[in-house]
Amino acid sequence: MHSPQPNLETRTSDDWPSELYRVLKAADVRQMSYVPDAGHSQLIRLFSADRDVTTNVLTSEEEGVAIAVGAWLGGQRSVLLMQSSGVGNCINMLSLSAIGRFPLLMLVTMRGEWAEFNPWQVPMSRATQPSLEAIGLKVMRAETPEDLIETVEAAAALAYESDQQIAVLIGQRLIGKKKW
Amino acid sequence: MSDSSQLDRRAAVAALLRNRGDTLVVSGLGSPTYDLHATGDRDDNFYLWGAMGGAALMGLGLAQAQPAKRVLALTGDGEQLMGLGGIATIGVVRPRNLDIVVIDNQHFGETGMQASHTGRGVDLTAIAAACGFAATGTVRSIAEVERLAAQIAEPADGPRLFVIKVVAENPPRSLPSRDAVFIKNRFRAHLGFAAA
Repeated sequence: MHSPQPNLETRTSDDWPSELYRVLKAADVRQMSYVPDAGHSQLIRLFSADRDVTTNVLTSEEEGVAIAVGAWLGGQRSVLLMQSSGVGNCINMLSLSAIGRFPLLMLVTMRGEWAEFNPWQVPMSRATQPSLEAIGLKVMRAETPEDLIETVEAAAALAYESDQQIAVLIGQRLIGKKKW
Repeated sequence: MSDSSQLDRRAAVAALLRNRGDTLVVSGLGSPTYDLHATGDRDDNFYLWGAMGGAALMGLGLAQAQPAKRVLALTGDGEQLMGLGGIATIGVVRPRNLDIVVIDNQHFGETGMQASHTGRGVDLTAIAAACGFAATGTVRSIAEVERLAAQIAEPADGPRLFVIKVVAENPPRSLPSRDAVFIKNRFRAHLGFAAA
């Protein structure tokens, strides 16, 4: 249980966005769309530099739901990145994924639940999981980097192989306190 | 501000799609879905019955996945007004194979013909032009629609948005399947993808 495990673990913890990128590439994700969040910034940079992936910056998160549906119709897998406040913008558009059984993978960084400095993030944070479940998505959560990688691997398989609509919530504790 | 048109929407859509070739078409909820179905049910049609504001963006995802095919999002003024932000999103990535055609009756036809923004001075083509679209235009006659059909069959340098002004009336509904899973699998099979 001594070396080299601690070293590996440190690297995984520090660099979970690179691991996420590797997992999503292995799942053959070809389109990525996002409204930015600080917690997603490294993953956004990695995808934006990848010429094999088409990246769409969105004005509002529900646009990415419609893009994901069109991508699947055309034979490509896509992933949608947002923070929890954006989930509220998506709800009606998610009826398209649900009624058409279109594979959907959303990675949602949580705000308003752990050492949050901005009270305006709290109400939508509370509503995130219940509203996703109400419109028919399966919600999975990860609180540690290791758990996140495994969860996204499983979620990608569920979405793309089993036609499910999945949101993975990335706990704010994992992302850390926003620095000002 | 109302610049009314006497153009019949069904005649306009029929003229627009008469020689569509292998263009993939996504229709926005309400009348555009009925208009598309009225031109003949096809495997390469995807009919929306909801998801208001999503037609052009669904077209974007499809166009990005199928760069060798032309994609047409056929929608209405109300549907596109709900998706205004999407015009900016499309303008940023500038797909060369995506056209948006708005069948604009300047009203919310499905809900009682309430006046929409486009009859009150809001110009979707000006918004698209400001978002960097490669071409935009507004047409009001069958002869102009026929010229538009020829134009959108030609390659483009980026996304294009055209408005076809039509008379505000609801022709008899022409109803496609509401089973989105069926329509999805049929569409994907047309492109060579097996159903799950």
